[in-house]
Amino acid sequence: MTRFMALLCLVLAALPWRAQADSLRATGDLGVVVERASGALLIIDQSDHAAIGRVEGLGDLSHASVVFSPDERFAYVFGRDGGLSKVDLLTQSVAGRVLQSGNAIGGAISDDGRLVAVSNYEPGGVRVFDAGTLKMVADIPTGSKTIGLVDAPGRRFVFTLWDAGETWIADFSKGEAAVTPPKITRVQGIGRNPYDALITADGRRYIAGLFGEDGLTALDLWQQPPIPRRILAGYGRGEEPLPVYKMPHLEGWALAGERFVLPAVGRHEVLWIDSRSLEEVGRTRTHGQPVFAVARPDGQQVWVNFAHPLNDTVEVIDTPSGEVIHRLTPGPAVLHMEFTPRGHEVWVSVRDAGRIDIYDTHSFEKLGEVAAQNPSGIFFTARAHRTGL
Amino acid sequence: MHEAFPILLLCGLAAGPAAAAELPPGRAAELERLVLQDCGSCHGLTLKGGLGSDLRPENLAGKPLDVLTEIVLDGVPGTPMPPWRPLLSEAEARWIANYLLNGGAQ
Repeated sequence: MTRFMALLCLVLAALPWRAQADSLRATGDLGVVVERASGALLIIDQSDHAAIGRVEGLGDLSHASVVFSPDERFAYVFGRDGGLSKVDLLTQSVAGRVLQSGNAIGGAISDDGRLVAVSNYEPGGVRVFDAGTLKMVADIPTGSKTIGLVDAPGRRFVFTLWDAGETWIADFSKGEAAVTPPKITRVQGIGRNPYDALITADGRRYIAGLFGEDGLTALDLWQQPPIPRRILAGYGRGEEPLPVYKMPHLEGWALAGERFVLPAVGRHEVLWIDSRSLEEVGRTRTHGQPVFAVARPDGQQVWVNFAHPLNDTVEVIDTPSGEVIHRLTPGPAVLHMEFTPRGHEVWVSVRDAGRIDIYDTHSFEKLGEVAAQNPSGIFFTARAHRTGL
Repeated sequence: MHEAFPILLLCGLAAGPAAAAELPPGRAAELERLVLQDCGSCHGLTLKGGLGSDLRPENLAGKPLDVLTEIVLDGVPGTPMPPWRPLLSEAEARWIANYLLNGGAQ
């Protein structure tokens, strides 16, 4: 009897521990997919090639983007309707939500993970929130639509004014954000109608693409203050640009070897830039007007998707030769591509087919599909540890 | 082709500006999708604006159907609004203009 009791105690004592061990999970191979029309986030498991949950009630998610907390547990979702939602990937629930403006376009999280900034069209400017409580700690009106908001090292946010052609650097390194207003550096002369911007992975260069003129403007954030430098000026060489049915994106612009690649505006080509001199070193003719030109993490390939109406196709460019080596037609409205952190797979959202397609990036073999409702952006949690993502 | 053109024109006249019936079956649904999803990338899924302007009926009230149709077809030079003429027919552009003016009710 005593032996039996002892055994029972052991079993009982072990049960909760076992249950906990079974339910423990890490988030390093998770990600989210924006389901733009239904205002939901699909939580995906990279290793299992599967969706593991859906979080609803996130508002208008057209053009929504996502950043992650440093522990990769929380996704901050920036909705078009000005909603900022904090989604818990483990409990698969909304941990916080504020409607912080009428009309927003993207956001960023500070290098220390403490501040979340949102870029607003209406009213124009940037608002900064405590990442824990979602309480607003700073309001930076700009009187202009703001675009290209990124984080930069040293607890800074950098963003650009569409109407005014200025880039602002908001420095939150001194004191508590709620008490001490950020130090703002305004850099004028960025150019006409900057439409998007990116920061290089090392956090040094901020580059804004211009819609109102042929070219881009680069800032060296190590300079105090940075002096704008026009690059690739007149890359269209006076040709009449084609109608632009979708603005290209510069995010995901990765270093491909010693070169950067970026989508040309209103042209069926991508442009190659030397990463040191920032001069054009070539261009590749593509199937349509590129929207995203994203380098595989090792830089050996660049995957490109295209604007409406040629958006059923993806092309793969070989970096060393600059040649298109493969073409896929996943289906109607390919909106986004996300590589696994080491680049062995790419996940592709095919909006009008209601699917995410998963490809092997070496063999181009299709490995699987995940059903999703009007999927747009795909974001893996590894972004938590990358500047500018 | 030479014969088809006047017939189309006549259909347009007879049906009047609000006619959605002149589109082939299924095309209206495709156009609605185009408005919400593709126009939506600049104007927002709810069409309340973004990089592009607010396209909700209260904001468009009083704007003539012809003017909106022209904007869809020819774009607005000097802004990111592209001409859709290479991709849409006049009847389709008119359908979209009407759709916007009526807030989606056709």
